[in-house]
Amino acid sequence: MSLHQFLLEPITCHAWNRDRTQIAISPNNHEVHIYQKSGNQWVKSHELKEHNGHITGIDWAPKSDRIVTCGADRNAYVWSLKDGVWKPTLVILRINRAATFVKWSPLENKFAVGSGARLISVCYFESDNDWWVSKHIKKPIRSTVLSLDWHPNNVLLAAGSCDFKCRVFSAYIKEVEEKPGPTPWGSKMPFGAVLAEFGGAGGGGWVHSVSFSSSGNRLAWVSHDSTVTVVDGTKGSTPSQLKTEFLPLLSVLFISENSVVAAGHDCCPMLFRCDDGGSLTFVSKLDLPKASITRNISAMERFRNMDKRATTEDRNTALETLHQNSITQVSIYEGDQSDCRKFCTTGIDGAMTIWDFKLSSHCDLKKVECN
Amino acid sequence: MSKNTDSNQFRKVDVDEYDENKFVDDEDNGESQVGNLMEALQAVLKNPPINTKNQNVKDRAEALVLKVLSAFKSSDIEKAVQSLDKNGVDLLMKYIYKGFEKPSENSSATLLLWHEKALSAGGVGSIVRVLTARKTV
Repeated sequence: MSLHQFLLEPITCHAWNRDRTQIAISPNNHEVHIYQKSGNQWVKSHELKEHNGHITGIDWAPKSDRIVTCGADRNAYVWSLKDGVWKPTLVILRINRAATFVKWSPLENKFAVGSGARLISVCYFESDNDWWVSKHIKKPIRSTVLSLDWHPNNVLLAAGSCDFKCRVFSAYIKEVEEKPGPTPWGSKMPFGAVLAEFGGAGGGGWVHSVSFSSSGNRLAWVSHDSTVTVVDGTKGSTPSQLKTEFLPLLSVLFISENSVVAAGHDCCPMLFRCDDGGSLTFVSKLDLPKASITRNISAMERFRNMDKRATTEDRNTALETLHQNSITQVSIYEGDQSDCRKFCTTGIDGAMTIWDFKLSSHCDLKKVECN
Repeated sequence: MSKNTDSNQFRKVDVDEYDENKFVDDEDNGESQVGNLMEALQAVLKNPPINTKNQNVKDRAEALVLKVLSAFKSSDIEKAVQSLDKNGVDLLMKYIYKGFEKPSENSSATLLLWHEKALSAGGVGSIVRVLTARKTV
């Protein structure tokens, strides 16, 4: 695990470029900062200033090298690199509330933006007029959309929202793609159709994050009532829910067909396993705290503490985990969704950590090694 | 002729009810034994009145749960919590917090004991579920 502290401001969101030499982050303000890796250090190479409100989502398309950002100013911009400078193109989303999340589709010909206006804006490029057009998915969303994920077939879109539900929509745009074949989630997919809807009844909290597995057959989401749920589209539609004993998780990611990594307010990534029967179990926390050695505090330290903190006790207020505050986003660093070797977390403490697994031949997590 | 012109209501009164020495059969007779207390806990946590809007039903259920929880000895609380499954621990937490809302003389002390054991079994997640539950017990 290697931790890099960018600044003291929270990192609201981040996105990697294709070869992981550059990272785009937003330090909780109106700007996006792009850092370039040089040796072991990260050097700031670009600042993208166009938004008028806090940036809430960034996504970097790996093949076409375009960045899409969305913000609280109800706008989204698509940035392209021209002569070493990132040039923005405004996308009219036609929403009257802040955008909350943005994601490129797998083929990068469209992107989806979730918003507080209780709708999802799916945008595609119309080359005749040379601009981005948006289409809305409104029904039956009743509250803010917090998170989105595309299915590998480039058509289905999963959305988690504050009305306690996780839904699978069709975002089929006939102008840019062919009709999709049938999937376990459904076969008739006109734009905006709800193919599946989960959650709500009785308990439930806001759905913070959703993730499709690499095959697209499984869908996982985490919600604010400290639960993780996975549903397998090929095995009927009863979701398997695990009530954790931790604080709510904020971000979830499939790292293989059977394993899910999630992280949240406990400042520590956790691994869950989803077996072939579809039931979910907790495996372990991935941040193994070093055994703290309690040692006698020296006289010099005692006086230093008296000066700095007006106390003589050796009270360490730092958390045991690597991250000192909630983790808001988990992303794949090395590998892909079917076999991830390293993943990256960023959080409210302004730090970015890269975690490394070694997977055994049974695809069971054996140990987490330090980088 | 001798028609009774006064009220006949006195015939409807059950005199025995007002007898001070009347034997009241205690319903909770068997519960003072430990084994039965565990069963009482399971029984009282079954079918919680979550879906009803009737406040009386909820109040009565809560009072019953409180009675059972207070009947436990402090040393038995941990075993009782272990015997519950995950959903049972969540439900117990809901009742504990409901009990905190209206503290009576000794209730808070016993509830705090139960809270400590339930917390070690269910973790902070069970408390988060009490806070986010949309249908209360």
